[in-house]
Amino acid sequence: MIRFENVSVTYEEDAEPTLRDVNLTVPEGELVLLVGPSGVGKSTLLGAVSGLVPHFTGGTLTGRVTVDGRDTRTHPPRELADLVGTVGQDPSAHFVTDTVEDELAYGMESLGLAPGVMRRRVEETLDLLGLAELRDRPIATLSGGQRQRVAIGSVLTPHPKVLVLDEPTSALDPSAAEDVLAVLQRLVHDLGTTVLLAEHRLERVVQYADQVLMLPDGVMGAPAGIMAVSPVHPPVVGLGRLAGWDPLPLTVRDARRRAGELKARLEDRVPAGPLPHGPASPASEARGSGGGAPGHGKGRSGGIGLFKRRRTETAPGPAPLVLAEGLAVRRGRVEALRRIDLQVQAGETLALMGRNGAGKSTLLSTLVGMIAPTSGTVRVAGRVPHSTSPRELIRQVGLVPQEPRDLLYADTVAAECAAADGDAGAAPGTCRALVSELLPGVADDTHPRDLSEGQRLALALAVVLTGRPPLLLLDEPTRGLDYAAKARLVARLRTLAAEGHAIVLATHDVELAAELAHRVVIIADGEVVADGPTAEVVVSSPAFSPQVAKILAPQPWLTVEQVEAAL
Amino acid sequence: MKVSDVLRAPEASRSNALHAGAWWVWALGLAVAASRTTNPLLLGLLVGVAGYVVAARRTDAPWARSYGAFVKLGLFVVFLRVVFSLLLGSPIPGTHLMFTLPEVPLPEWAQGVRIGGRVTAEQLVFALYDGAKLATLLICVGAANSLANPARLLKSLPGALYEAGVAVVVAMTFAPNMVADVVRLRTARRLRGRPTGGVRAVLQIGLPVLEGALERSIAVAASMDARGYGRTAQVPASVRRTTNVLTLGGLLGICAGSYGLLAAEGAGYGLPLLGAGLLAAMAGLRLGGRRTVRTRYRPDHWGMRAWLVAGSGVAVAVLMIWANTYAPEALHPGVVPLEAPELPLWPAVSVLVGLLPAFVAPVPATAPASKEKA
Repeated sequence: MIRFENVSVTYEEDAEPTLRDVNLTVPEGELVLLVGPSGVGKSTLLGAVSGLVPHFTGGTLTGRVTVDGRDTRTHPPRELADLVGTVGQDPSAHFVTDTVEDELAYGMESLGLAPGVMRRRVEETLDLLGLAELRDRPIATLSGGQRQRVAIGSVLTPHPKVLVLDEPTSALDPSAAEDVLAVLQRLVHDLGTTVLLAEHRLERVVQYADQVLMLPDGVMGAPAGIMAVSPVHPPVVGLGRLAGWDPLPLTVRDARRRAGELKARLEDRVPAGPLPHGPASPASEARGSGGGAPGHGKGRSGGIGLFKRRRTETAPGPAPLVLAEGLAVRRGRVEALRRIDLQVQAGETLALMGRNGAGKSTLLSTLVGMIAPTSGTVRVAGRVPHSTSPRELIRQVGLVPQEPRDLLYADTVAAECAAADGDAGAAPGTCRALVSELLPGVADDTHPRDLSEGQRLALALAVVLTGRPPLLLLDEPTRGLDYAAKARLVARLRTLAAEGHAIVLATHDVELAAELAHRVVIIADGEVVADGPTAEVVVSSPAFSPQVAKILAPQPWLTVEQVEAAL
Repeated sequence: MKVSDVLRAPEASRSNALHAGAWWVWALGLAVAASRTTNPLLLGLLVGVAGYVVAARRTDAPWARSYGAFVKLGLFVVFLRVVFSLLLGSPIPGTHLMFTLPEVPLPEWAQGVRIGGRVTAEQLVFALYDGAKLATLLICVGAANSLANPARLLKSLPGALYEAGVAVVVAMTFAPNMVADVVRLRTARRLRGRPTGGVRAVLQIGLPVLEGALERSIAVAASMDARGYGRTAQVPASVRRTTNVLTLGGLLGICAGSYGLLAAEGAGYGLPLLGAGLLAAMAGLRLGGRRTVRTRYRPDHWGMRAWLVAGSGVAVAVLMIWANTYAPEALHPGVVPLEAPELPLWPAVSVLVGLLPAFVAPVPATAPASKEKA
């Protein structure tokens, strides 16, 4: 279906080709997963299939790309539109019309399908993707997961033979991601659609793939074979490699069948805390008390709503860094947050989880004073965030937003750093030193836009850390990060927590939460529905539990690292 | 089923959506009526009618929020008109002197221009009436804007113009997106501990906002291209040539014709030329439509309710024009000498005809629990 023959792509400004001599054949009806670290040309390869590379992006493509026999050299993207459906990384950049139904029909209208056919396919697609409730909704009012489904639906309606998706689940919560992947699998199985997708979150997709294509080497093969050697792999594979299982299991189910012996070996051992400063033994202590404040003795963190206030009165200890009581936020007629009670201690890492649009970002915005609470109180280091001057506040709390690019507006890294030093009143060079530490080898005159997603995140983190805020907030920090970048981020955040920074992450990435967080707070519909030590909360809810926990349940192991340390 | 049940407006859905054009005809009808009177009571009544219909029939969609902006713009226009009248004086002779502003002496060659000086009650009232008329026009346009989805209007364009229309609509989303960008970057400034106001802030935010908007436009263009925007069908060269000749010739004809109509000496040939030009241009567009392969998904139907809505607007306009013949002085209350405006009965009743859409147009469903935030 898709053939690449000696394909190399070079963009004008670079000396090195982004793709070099790629040869591959994707047979019809296969789901092919593209893996590899950031910046090896995954997006370029995907773009070459739809013809956007080089017709739209510029650059030189040598060799030949054919899709169903059509050469992309002679067929611009619009001539391939009936054959290839493409969804890019950012679904909101994909929409041409403004309501869901029109968006689904747009591609078919361009192809000139008969009105009756269009109507039927729109109805089918609405059902297939569970969008029927949203059909008349303006796209601007949809949540991230809904948008992603609309974007996929909009390329499905012309019934393309090939579907090209760039990180379709990165922005989604675990259950929305599963919905999307289930749809893709149905397309492959029922309609014989060929799907080519790039994704960093392998734990979500690898079990659905028929073949895995690894860049930059361009090796393609069965998932188990590739995963055995791949430097990037999901935790289930990590555990399998550790335990020496062969063939390597790719799904939690396969792994669980093999896990009997491993479980027996782990039976009488106790997982080490996820962090150096973590609660001494989450398995025993946390079980009953519902909270463990790392580094400051026991039993003094948030706890579950009802019990919290009583305990605050009785328990001695340092004042919490974040104290929210009865916090509520309204936006127009929407109650984004309701009666939130939350405490965060210094040195504690807290993961905020919950479906898209549950109110996680709103809570973070309230903590940095961007949104004033409608009722209730919020204190950060004893200050009221929304009435504290920004200059003073950044020394108390720093937020790395979902789109780190928003935080950067100078045109070189050096200028960005100088500005950050000025803003925070830090000694000149402070920020630059942080950047060198987090991002070795970035030149002073690089434009922030030319950095990769992970590098940009590191730069934004450095900018925020320049003010040395005791409280650090991160909104979806692992979107678009490969495993290596994620590992660096995890290491860095652990060091910060060990130095006494409190860290609050809003994330959909259960593996990240398992590796990093002492405590998990789950928000649904603007309310806190669960608050407790990671092991407890995460193991008890299937949607939010990491793969290792699912495999070794009911034992409270969360990460491969813990298992490795215990063996 | 009882007759009253049949007559009651149904709940709005995609299939019974009122044609966007009907709303525009209705609103333009009100606007024409507004342009025919300076009576503030009648103008107020028109604004009231437009506002009532908007309140009764608008949806929760983002484009439906523009009504408030147009009302504010209208008030600003009134204010501006009065301020200019205060500063620059007015040709209206008046006897009720209210106060005298210090007058700026101007040189000889600026005769006829005055800055400051006498301010009379008559001139202020005249400026108010005039401003109110403009404001009403704006508010009528605002009403159409918030009742009809601009993108839906596109579906009614001839095929040859559709692609250009999409480009225009996408370009128009540039502005709201830029506003969103500004908000985001202001937030980012706050996160970096900088003040969010002031000229420096605007300058520092400006460049990234433009950059972001540009990047997004390119992304949308790529997406449109990949989804088949601009696919054309093969047509014989002769058809293509005829299309060009007809369209260009038609446009030339329209230009020459309208010049003829406006110029004093050309009245004879103006009208036929204009007509011929229009015909040729329409034929050109129709032929040009053959090149586009696109079809339309669920275009709005012009049904009975659309006729009623559009008809009520036209009726208001016609009745008001007619009222100018039987009650001109009531529609234009005297300014010199000053007199209190009266509400003439029949013109007022005819304005109320414009309320019809509030009863016949389909009722938008009450906002489906808008819990998921944007």
